[in-house]
Amino acid sequence: MDMSTEERALQESVVLTKMDHAINWCRKWSLWPYPFITACCGMEFMATSSAHYDTDRFGAALMRFSPRQADLMWIVGTITHKQAPFLRKVYEQMADPKWVLSFGVCATSGGFYRNYATVQGADKIVPVDMYVPGCPPRPEMVLDGLMKLMDKVGRGDQHPENSRTVSAA
Amino acid sequence: MTDTPHQKLRATVSKGDFPEQLETAPLVDALREKFGDKIVESHSFRGDQTVIVQREALLDVMKVLRDEAPFEMHFLMDQTVVDRLEMGKKPRFEVVYHLFNRENFKRIRVKVQVSEDDCWIDSVKSLWLAADWMEREAWEFYGIDFRGHGDLRNVLLYPEFEGYPLRKDYPKDGEQPRLPLRDHRSWPRPKPADIT
Repeated sequence: MDMSTEERALQESVVLTKMDHAINWCRKWSLWPYPFITACCGMEFMATSSAHYDTDRFGAALMRFSPRQADLMWIVGTITHKQAPFLRKVYEQMADPKWVLSFGVCATSGGFYRNYATVQGADKIVPVDMYVPGCPPRPEMVLDGLMKLMDKVGRGDQHPENSRTVSAA
Repeated sequence: MTDTPHQKLRATVSKGDFPEQLETAPLVDALREKFGDKIVESHSFRGDQTVIVQREALLDVMKVLRDEAPFEMHFLMDQTVVDRLEMGKKPRFEVVYHLFNRENFKRIRVKVQVSEDDCWIDSVKSLWLAADWMEREAWEFYGIDFRGHGDLRNVLLYPEFEGYPLRKDYPKDGEQPRLPLRDHRSWPRPKPADIT
């Protein structure tokens, strides 16, 4: 087949894809985390995000301490009823599209705290996209959860309770 | 080498026999001599000396314990409450004080029994300022009125919380949510692709 010079140049420099697919791919590799850290799981979170395990490999390392600049909320640790309104407020302050990862068994289900003070799972307050159990979870588990969440983001999958601002690739 | 009381005590204990003062209860004896009937009960276990004091006499006893020899307990280490409902004992509450002397490492435990119907006790905030927050905490979790404290506000619980959660008749799962909780039955089931 004869190709014109223009065609050859295009083949070397242009990739054709769907717009949504490209956008989701960008989102997947540039998650901006907001750490909502309340308890001892925070130690494991630090271990996971720093050099040994390095969430920077996934583009998800630079913490934003303003929810308005973040699109992934890490709920790390026990959520008490006293804190619940603040969790909800921070979640609502995050710009769409947004995802939530619950880190550790307390954020996932209340853990072993079955008492008057503890919310029995952060998903009673905000919709959660990915659950990482463990007390605390090992960094490998967290990375696994993060990678599964990235798959979800890449597919354009979002919790049905969030407004639909993402379209499937 | 200095020989502090603490080092002396350690030297005796490491030899395998308990020092003499652990076998007796000199502080309890001194307190009984001074206050007589106002000390309701006392015991001593391996040097841990405990007195149960009449509620009305608490401030007098505490002032002597803080200021006078041989006590001079300048440090209120801890103050807490025991709800003895499930132990079947009356009166229901026991307010417990742990006092410590930093010079000679002596300790004494003071208890006051408080009934549910007449649920008050004098505040010791005037003697140890450390009692301030501990009394507030005991008040918010057990509902005991510390008279003379003057500033009983919540330390840990949120303002709209009702009841006293550490009382034994408070339901263990008696949650008082501040927000309407999401319905767990609406949680989306994970698709197989999510869990591969």
